[in-house]
Amino acid sequence: MLPYSDQKEKLNKIKSGKLSLKENIESFLQRIEENKKLNAFNFVLDNEAKADAERIEQKIKAGKAGRLAGMVIAVKDVLSIKDKPTTCSSDILRSFTSVYTATAVQKLIDEDAIIIGKTNCDEFAMGSSNENSAFGPVLNPIDNERVPGGSSGGSAAAVAAKLCDAALGSDTGGSIRQPASFCGVYGLKPTYGRISRYGLTAFASSFDTVGAFANNVYDLSILTEVMSGKDEKDSTSSDNKIPEITNNLTADDRKFRIGIAKEYFGKGLSSEIREENKKLIKKLADSGFEIIDITLPHSEYTIAAYYILTTAEASSNLARYDGVKYGHRTKEKAPLTEMYKASRSEGFGSEVKRRIMLGTYVLSHGYYDAYYIKAQKVRRLIKNDFDEAFNKVDIILTPTTPTTAFKLGEKSSDPLEMYLNDIFTTSANLAGIPGISIPIGKDSNGLPIGTQLLAKQFDELSLLQLSYFIEQKIFT
Amino acid sequence: MNEKYEAVIGLEVHAQLLTESKAFCSCSTKFGNVPNSNVCPVCLGHPGVLPVLNKKVVEFITLMGLATNCTINERSVFARKNYFYPDLPKGYQISQYELPVCEHGFVTVTSKDRDKKKVGITRIHMEEDAGKSIHDQAFETLVDVNRCGVPLIEIVSEPDIRSAEEAVQYLTKLRQIVQYLEICDGNMEEGSLRCDANISVRKKGQKEFGTKTEIKNMNSFRNLEKAINFEIERQIEIIEDGGKIIQQTLLWNPDKNEAVPMRSKEEAHDYRYFPEPDLLPVIITESWKKEIAAKLPELPEVRRERFVRDFNLPVYDAEILTLNKGIADYYEDIVKVTKDFKSASNWVMGDVLKIINEEKIDIKDFPIKAENLGELINLINEGTISGKIAKDIFPIMLKEQKSPLEIVKEKNLVQISSSSEIENVIVKILEDHSSEVNTYFEGKEKVFGFFVGQVMKATNGKANPKIVNDILKAKLEKLRN
Repeated sequence: MLPYSDQKEKLNKIKSGKLSLKENIESFLQRIEENKKLNAFNFVLDNEAKADAERIEQKIKAGKAGRLAGMVIAVKDVLSIKDKPTTCSSDILRSFTSVYTATAVQKLIDEDAIIIGKTNCDEFAMGSSNENSAFGPVLNPIDNERVPGGSSGGSAAAVAAKLCDAALGSDTGGSIRQPASFCGVYGLKPTYGRISRYGLTAFASSFDTVGAFANNVYDLSILTEVMSGKDEKDSTSSDNKIPEITNNLTADDRKFRIGIAKEYFGKGLSSEIREENKKLIKKLADSGFEIIDITLPHSEYTIAAYYILTTAEASSNLARYDGVKYGHRTKEKAPLTEMYKASRSEGFGSEVKRRIMLGTYVLSHGYYDAYYIKAQKVRRLIKNDFDEAFNKVDIILTPTTPTTAFKLGEKSSDPLEMYLNDIFTTSANLAGIPGISIPIGKDSNGLPIGTQLLAKQFDELSLLQLSYFIEQKIFT
Repeated sequence: MNEKYEAVIGLEVHAQLLTESKAFCSCSTKFGNVPNSNVCPVCLGHPGVLPVLNKKVVEFITLMGLATNCTINERSVFARKNYFYPDLPKGYQISQYELPVCEHGFVTVTSKDRDKKKVGITRIHMEEDAGKSIHDQAFETLVDVNRCGVPLIEIVSEPDIRSAEEAVQYLTKLRQIVQYLEICDGNMEEGSLRCDANISVRKKGQKEFGTKTEIKNMNSFRNLEKAINFEIERQIEIIEDGGKIIQQTLLWNPDKNEAVPMRSKEEAHDYRYFPEPDLLPVIITESWKKEIAAKLPELPEVRRERFVRDFNLPVYDAEILTLNKGIADYYEDIVKVTKDFKSASNWVMGDVLKIINEEKIDIKDFPIKAENLGELINLINEGTISGKIAKDIFPIMLKEQKSPLEIVKEKNLVQISSSSEIENVIVKILEDHSSEVNTYFEGKEKVFGFFVGQVMKATNGKANPKIVNDILKAKLEKLRN
């Protein structure tokens, strides 16, 4: 559909004059217009993107352009861009404009990427269907009656519908991998601390990561490479050496030992997803990879621990939206406490309120030990499970989601069922390890099925190398 | 205080640190700037910002811990204290809760009767200050965020204090230490040193503590003393009347001299502390600790002892001179110039401190250079000027930045020590005042002072008083015979 397969080819075509970046931007903008019903974008930066295209095309021709020159990227509306709105798809920030740019976004801009707009998402990145948005739900481009997944649903849909080359998302419990799976694209959640969180609106600070969506492994690799690295503005960012990924993508490396955890193939998993994943495992074994059965014994506690800890952090992180300094303030003239209550009641959606309530409760005096401290212990056990497993294997392969994309409204009345959609993805955030979702097939309804690959901390390289092998050798 | 009772008091002291930038961003900490000008997205709590710890804060709190005999924890952890208030942009304050930097310390305080007593320090931790809410009728409430994120340390004492007087001594000691360490200016009026007190009373001999109350908003040593005494009396009265103390927080009202309970709603806080996920634990390695310890200046007690030993000063003098680091430095600069240590001490404790207290200035801004004051003392001791002339020169030195010798020369104030010159003057005066001479001989020796005064008048005060005395006595005796 696009006249190039990845960023490398795109850049070459622009250089040689076979592709006009200006026309490329025009056609993306036109496609965005044609696909408005998907509701993938909160804001389209059309004038900025056109101006950038002209400027960067010159740079490319002059041989002075950066590595991402001309790559058209959509940014989830939880990441700050100077002088642009950052709404987090919430009424409470509907009128908010950022005064600085997030480090991850700045790194893309510095390499001459073009930011085409800000994508819709679940409010404050809380949700698994993109139905919790003040701007309305995003539709799945494969089947418009279905959700794109969440919370980075707009980014996944935009990439799947070819409204951009790639997109940024954030992943706190699966918010990149699950929508990537639902929309049939590649999505990578890096190691916690690999990519700076500065400028990412906080949901759960010790879980939040910034990552990318792309239509191919090469693009995902180059984006991950560019955004990685220590940031003085984020104390939790790591100075771990940035791996050279794009130079090390080879399709004939069979060194990885692949672990299969029985806990991820149990009940609740759709049979079609199980079958497609089993088929992939068989093909990998046939290709010469060593497949090893492993166990992650504390898996059943992941969702509980995840929702206690993330809501606790969220209740504190969202306290700043109080109507005092910026964002929505109630029109009612009320004393301070009532002003707080009214502004927050009017500004937040129901899922955000639910999580603030939950988090406030688990941190409250008398409950803290029973919930927060206990969940921290569980988090440690889950991390230990992975440490053990990665002594035996290099990569763990699981389904990304228990089901394929569900229908709009199908699960919105039952928060618990909605939460269970993250059952395979939250563990990576609890353990701080990297994970990727790659498209491996379709179910009988033609809906995409994904596989999740997990590796030990800071081993994004192995994840992307195996993904590249699967992309190049198995699904050719 | 009722003799049957004793008070049990613990203080929580906040000291604003003298770092150039804020605790978690690079904004200036300068006091008195235009409201909301020392701000950035980080201290304004914009979406997506993250705190980055200013290392100086760790250095300063470690200095304080070392100076107060604390254990310095190798690993300490920041925590969020959650509450809503307009001057707290993030909706939480970054503080420390379960794992502070310093624990188990003490300071020694000395009472007026020179009794020494140890007051235990439970813990010292780092935190950020909130902004200021200005309640203005016209605009309802205004918020100034300049102070938001300025680093503080909170020093929590053990309940070892037994009276308002001891509380004042303890706080004085802490102020002295932070000033010596140059980590806080110790100014209570401007709020860079703040104090809350936990107070309970119990019958003497009783082991269990009584129910305590907390008093806030005492912004001077005087108010601290008054507030504690007020609360002790209030509690004793309630108990004597058969009542029970309610655990509550009171606000001191300095205008009415009374403590008023805060509304129970205002104090019913559940701060929901939990570890701050945006900051890594603070690790103070043994080598870093040593590096910081090497920066420890001489502390007040050690300096006081050295003043007694090296300058042969009375303990009283040494204590007053070392109370404030700047004063002690000033004194030491004087005695680099003069060896008359006691005169130097008298000048500082008298004339210098008088001006400083009257004008409410810092010793840094005192107009007379220490070396000039030293020179003035030398001029007296060398006999160039009299002590009386020196007292006249001192105010001139305050106004004009000149050396005393310059002033002496300019104003022709050199002391007359020539016996013959003085003798001539005396002879003349005794001739002119024969009736006073007779009065003197009649036994009214007071008249002697009159003659001295006349000599001084005739010499414009420059006559060496000792020589005047000697010659005058001799001349009068001669006349008597």
